[in-house]
Amino acid sequence: MGFLNFHKDTFKHGIHPPESKDETNALPIRQFPFAPVIILPMAQHIGAPSEIIVREGQQVHRGELLAKAGGYVSVPMHAPVSGIIRKIGNVPTISGKMSPGIFLEAFPSSTQEVLEGKPIDPNTATPEEILQGIQDAGIVGLGGAAFPTHVKLKIPEGKKCETLILNGIECEPYLTTDHRVMLEQEKDIFKGIHYLLKATGAQNAIIGIEANKQDAADHLAKHLPKELPLSIKVLPVKYPQGAEKMLITSLLQKEVPSKSFPIEVGVVVVNVATAAEIGRLLPHGRGIQERVITITGPGVKKKGNYLIPVGTPLRFVLEHVGVEEEISEVYMGGPMMGVAVSNLDISIVKGTSGILVFTRKDVNQSSKIYPCIKCGACVDACPILLNPSKLGILAKFEAYDEMASDYHLMDCFECGSCTYVCPSHIPLVQYFRLAKRVVRKREAEKKVESHA
Amino acid sequence: MLKKTLDISSSPHIYKGRSTDDIMKNVVWALLPVVFFASYSFGLNALLVIFTATLACVLTEHLLCKLSKKETTVNDYSAVITGLLLGLTLPPSFPLWMAFVGGVIGIALGKYIFGGLGYNVFNPALVARAVLQAAFPVAITTWHPAFLPDRFTNISRSIFTWPFMQPQFDAISGATPLSAFKFDGITASTAELAFGQISGSTGETCAVIIALGGLYLIARNMMSWRIPVAVLLSAFVLSGALYLMDSALYPSPFFMLFSGGLMLGAVFMATDMVSSPITPVGLWIYGGIIGILTIVIRIWSGLPEGVMYSILLANAISPHIDTLVKHRVYGTTKKIKAT
Ligand code: SF4
Ligand code: SF4
Repeated sequence: MGFLNFHKDTFKHGIHPPESKDETNALPIRQFPFAPVIILPMAQHIGAPSEIIVREGQQVHRGELLAKAGGYVSVPMHAPVSGIIRKIGNVPTISGKMSPGIFLEAFPSSTQEVLEGKPIDPNTATPEEILQGIQDAGIVGLGGAAFPTHVKLKIPEGKKCETLILNGIECEPYLTTDHRVMLEQEKDIFKGIHYLLKATGAQNAIIGIEANKQDAADHLAKHLPKELPLSIKVLPVKYPQGAEKMLITSLLQKEVPSKSFPIEVGVVVVNVATAAEIGRLLPHGRGIQERVITITGPGVKKKGNYLIPVGTPLRFVLEHVGVEEEISEVYMGGPMMGVAVSNLDISIVKGTSGILVFTRKDVNQSSKIYPCIKCGACVDACPILLNPSKLGILAKFEAYDEMASDYHLMDCFECGSCTYVCPSHIPLVQYFRLAKRVVRKREAEKKVESHA
Repeated sequence: MLKKTLDISSSPHIYKGRSTDDIMKNVVWALLPVVFFASYSFGLNALLVIFTATLACVLTEHLLCKLSKKETTVNDYSAVITGLLLGLTLPPSFPLWMAFVGGVIGIALGKYIFGGLGYNVFNPALVARAVLQAAFPVAITTWHPAFLPDRFTNISRSIFTWPFMQPQFDAISGATPLSAFKFDGITASTAELAFGQISGSTGETCAVIIALGGLYLIARNMMSWRIPVAVLLSAFVLSGALYLMDSALYPSPFFMLFSGGLMLGAVFMATDMVSSPITPVGLWIYGGIIGILTIVIRIWSGLPEGVMYSILLANAISPHIDTLVKHRVYGTTKKIKAT
């Protein structure tokens, strides 16, 4: 096997963008005010949209169920605020598509006490009960992917989970959400890990943290409960170490086979903020109503880490923190993989880990595109060990099938490292995203044909 | 109040902030000391030759862009590099009109017909130099010594030869160390070679300054260190082995390393990114081929110098070198072709 000669403690290749975390990593998490109207899209996770069970004009209590899961790969949605359902209709989402959604007007005078549900005891509950509890709480991956957590935790028939990895890497520049959660919510994280170990049957758990969050690692180590089979591992800083596959390689020196999930090597990876949410909600049988978000970037006046209700309109958020005159681009997520927002009328969703505002002068406008000069920088950057230069050339000729069959296009997870280093400013990831979409579509069509 | 329209762009939203023209500019910076030293040791002659070649390259690039109604690509600095490199491979008293023709050929034939920057198969400066060698075999092998006392006041007559006229070379012309060895069996001392106390092409003389320029680019991560190391190492090992076998017949490996255009070729010409392989293993193979071929040509062929032909040949096969290289993608066990 070629899995032997690894450098210890890290994955191959990767990049070192400026971290840009200094402005927010020391700021404690602060509660954000309630917006007058909360707008909740039902499609804010991967999978089927939630199904609305309330009607217009109905009064709801904070934490009350508004929509139920639309299937197994789906989660329910809870009221982030006490108020009245003003309208049910289509709402804009970041992808540009409209989604069914709820307009919830907050009661200004409400105490905003949260409704309690059926508590789940980690010591007595079965794995199935815990998974059900996680789904009922509406929990999705808070690292950004927003994949329903209970689906990820379900160990397939015949597989065994040996190690549970808690992802505290937060390798995206600017973001300090997980950093603050680790510093301030250690009890919730440990409680969450207790549930997660029970649900997956894993024998041990490791929290992976990058060296630029040594204080968080020390803090967790100091409060580590003795009864948990849990260790903390500090890794050298490198992007994209927070990607599941890279993190597994860094921690366990194992590679996840192409086209498969971590469980193939006996691992399940959960983000630390997701674990904290599980530890906080399940003992009370509550649903998720808010999340920690880093709001930062050169265009923001009051930078910080805020606890913001899900469904808060982006416009309200930016007006509250204040932005510079010259704002040019707003991103949901980090600067490497985050998505540019075209419309301030979209809302904060469960998967929003950061809001980044760049002004005109921060946006790389002078980046003139040159031809590929075969400098090899992209080859040295790609953590999947692809040849982005070659893929880029093939993409220009629209040779998508060849890209997939001969050069492993589908293994690209769009981390952006190749584009980041390319001196010719070739938008490689953009090409690959498009190419992957075309290949997926063609494959789906082929399947339909062979069935017909 | 918040503005209504926002710009959107595809991720990533930050960049390393080093662009292709930055890299090219830095190569020019690294070449400038070599140009200065050439002008210092060969005087006005060298300066004129290098300047003319560079001017020809830049003008040609600009004109060709204009003719094909494209935005000019002069400001990516690649034409300047081609011009400087070409000038540095020519003898100091080379007729200027020939140097000009060389510059035009380098850009037009060496780069433009392939599709411009990024598409050239060969190093354009070497294409120009090869064509000049074939067209003007006498002029391109007529050297004159370095450090002539009147070098800053006197310009060789040959420089101003009218186009298509037979150049008149000055009485004092010197043999390069390589041809002296090849045809008369004399080897120059390593120190003389390393500090450029010899005759040769304008830029083929001071190996130390060339190496420093290379180190600068390597330190700034703008050049592959593997290529010069592979070229010099393979040349050193092969010539060293020969020297150990018979030190009377073969020159010392240090002589081989520091004489002729090997240093300039290894550091500034073989490293042209576009015409060299992209995979690390490919770079080693490519450099090794250049080093070994250079020694083979120098010792066993009728030519005194072999760097140029070695690099051109390696340029031609560099895409195939990459194709031979196999590598493994993350999460797979089978090796696939790299390019
Ligand atoms: S975006 Fe894809 S090709 Fe580019 S570095 Fe990341 S995984 Fe590799
Ligand atoms: S980084 Fe850009 S210019 Fe360099 S080889 Fe890759 S695609 Fe080509």
